[in-house]
Amino acid sequence: MSGIPHDHYEPKSNGEKWLNSRLPVIGLLYDTLMIPTPKNLNWMWIWGIVLTFTLALQIVTGIVLVMHYTPHVDMAFNSIEHIMRDVNGGHMIRYFHMNGASLFFVAVYAHIFRGLYYGSYKAPREVTWIIGMLIYLLMMATGFLGYVLPWGQMSFHGTAVITGLFGAIPFIGESLQTWLLGASAVGQPALNRFFSLHYLLPFIIAGLVIVHIWAFHSTGNNNPTGVEVRRTSKEDAEKDTLPFWPYFVIKDLFALAVILVIFMAIVGFMPNYLGHPDNYIEANPLATPAHIVPEWYFLPFYSILRSFTADVWVVMFAEWVSFGIIDAKFFGVLAMFGAIAVMALAPWLDTSSVRSGRYRPMFKWWFALLVVDFFVLMWTGAMPAEGIYPIIALIGSAYWFAYFLVLLPLLGVIEKPLPAPATIEDDFNDHYGKPSGTPAE
Amino acid sequence: MFRKLTLTAAVALGLASAATQVSAAGEAHVEDFDFSFEGPFGSYDQMQLQRGLQIYTEICASCHGLRQVAFRNLHDEGGPALPEDQMRAYAEFYEVYDPLLEDWRTATPADKFPSVEGAPDLSLMAKARAGFSGPYGTGLNQLFKGMGGAEYIASLMIGYEEAPECAPEDFDGYYNTAFAAGGFPESCIDEKGKHMVPGSWIGMPQPLWGEDVEYADGHSNDLHHEAEDIAAFLMWTAEPKLVARKQAGLTGVIFLTVLSVLLYLTNKRLWAPHKAAAKRKD
Repeated sequence: MSGIPHDHYEPKSNGEKWLNSRLPVIGLLYDTLMIPTPKNLNWMWIWGIVLTFTLALQIVTGIVLVMHYTPHVDMAFNSIEHIMRDVNGGHMIRYFHMNGASLFFVAVYAHIFRGLYYGSYKAPREVTWIIGMLIYLLMMATGFLGYVLPWGQMSFHGTAVITGLFGAIPFIGESLQTWLLGASAVGQPALNRFFSLHYLLPFIIAGLVIVHIWAFHSTGNNNPTGVEVRRTSKEDAEKDTLPFWPYFVIKDLFALAVILVIFMAIVGFMPNYLGHPDNYIEANPLATPAHIVPEWYFLPFYSILRSFTADVWVVMFAEWVSFGIIDAKFFGVLAMFGAIAVMALAPWLDTSSVRSGRYRPMFKWWFALLVVDFFVLMWTGAMPAEGIYPIIALIGSAYWFAYFLVLLPLLGVIEKPLPAPATIEDDFNDHYGKPSGTPAE
Repeated sequence: MFRKLTLTAAVALGLASAATQVSAAGEAHVEDFDFSFEGPFGSYDQMQLQRGLQIYTEICASCHGLRQVAFRNLHDEGGPALPEDQMRAYAEFYEVYDPLLEDWRTATPADKFPSVEGAPDLSLMAKARAGFSGPYGTGLNQLFKGMGGAEYIASLMIGYEEAPECAPEDFDGYYNTAFAAGGFPESCIDEKGKHMVPGSWIGMPQPLWGEDVEYADGHSNDLHHEAEDIAAFLMWTAEPKLVARKQAGLTGVIFLTVLSVLLYLTNKRLWAPHKAAAKRKD
């Protein structure tokens, strides 16, 4: 499976031989678990396990919740309260699921930014990156669909706003919105189909996760140096790597356990901290909440959506060249999806021959600014679009695009990279060889 | 560098996410109360919940429903925990409409409190009104002082004041310093668009004045204490499993901490020979 030379599974007992000649499933599991993994991976390489765990957690808690939930506009809200009050352990299951979504996004953002810093998206791992982006898009869709199901005020009015985005698409927008909702407004047809899709998408995500793992098991993991594992011989490869089991499984499980301590504290002690109080009011089409704000994990992109108002010159220019087809609303929608699209295109936008940000003195700072930018956008997305906030959001949005479209191509040309270690083994020995090892970046 | 970044990121994330909870239209004054159910070890005060139930029954129930709560819940452990016979007797005070009989009948423990048209239902009020938590919408008061919907309800109860002079005399509603979402007279907004007084005008007339109920346990029945008691009771109606949840949370945290330590030691032991080899080679 992997291009890195290593020992393959040899069936020993007669039973194993019998099964392996018919279905090589043990061999597949063996090769997956024993895959040679760069031994210098740092603590930013733990998010994959966290994400896998969270997906399983969401599917398991979700399946139980479905046993008690009723997707009907008159009953959905009360069925959630039924789960919270009368179902055995229902309040815990529901709070796990609710906060599990937040854990999922914390982990996926950490995972994505790790990839961006260490150049994990670069050749030959573009396919892994693209599949990852698809998973991220599906996660956002699933998160949004799930938020609609409790049928609270934020669910209802949030749905109206988000599906309204599709309504901004010229010519087909209105029909598209009606098609998505199954009616001209948010109501029973929308709730039914959103429920159906919310149940379906996680399984598609699970399928893509397998492909994602398959892809990077074919290329081998990236690592903090960005230097590839030596494939010249099995002996060389073994100097650079250790098998995934038990070295990385135990390490990742330790990290997962620490993260779950925090997660458990949030679920146990402040499960509604990340939610909106308005969603404990049953949906009422006639009363719109004062501020409709999406969940925190959508805020950076929501901020980009809102920042391109009609008085921004790029928007005016786009409207002028397109003879008014691209208005501010549609421009905002394009910008929001564009912000994710440019991220997906990072493998082809980054011109640097050096993979890891550790050896790129200029890139490092621009990347740090991108991280700050992400949080600034998250903050402006939560704030009302008045006063100083729209300006900050616009600058933040501009930087997001500038990073991918200008800085990534440019830095590769003008930057003088630092020397990277020759091998992963050197990096590992360097790191642990020093008396008081400086922490790996 | 990445480690530092992630740390800053984690802190900022907490702030940013809590910042999503800005909802107040204007500034409102919400006081911090010390409720027994705050913090990881907090639990409901059974006597306080019973006093709150008394206020709900004698005062709130005439206008507000409690449709998510069943009478049997009053007997639940961790709640007001009325003895079973008292709970049954309490249910019999209520008439509920039975769609099967197509008629009204005396309520049984399995029935829920009736919903009342016209005024908002109180079942989830304490969770649906926790979005004011400042300062500047950062949610820090919620995080460090444990402020939430119960504080809001208690503040609302004691927040009725003489209407400020800037308001026209016939302005609709009742002035309340803790209520943010109500009507606000133009004449109380200064030229910069800022509200000159906190709160706004609420439709509900002042429900509690102090000494509205006689407590059987002899607890003080001044306005401040009554406000606390009804707020605690409504916190329970909104989150009846709070005590069980905190216990589960604590068990989970302890268990997972032990597991973390064990995994840390396992991991250390597992990697030790490889790290030692690295030391020898360098």
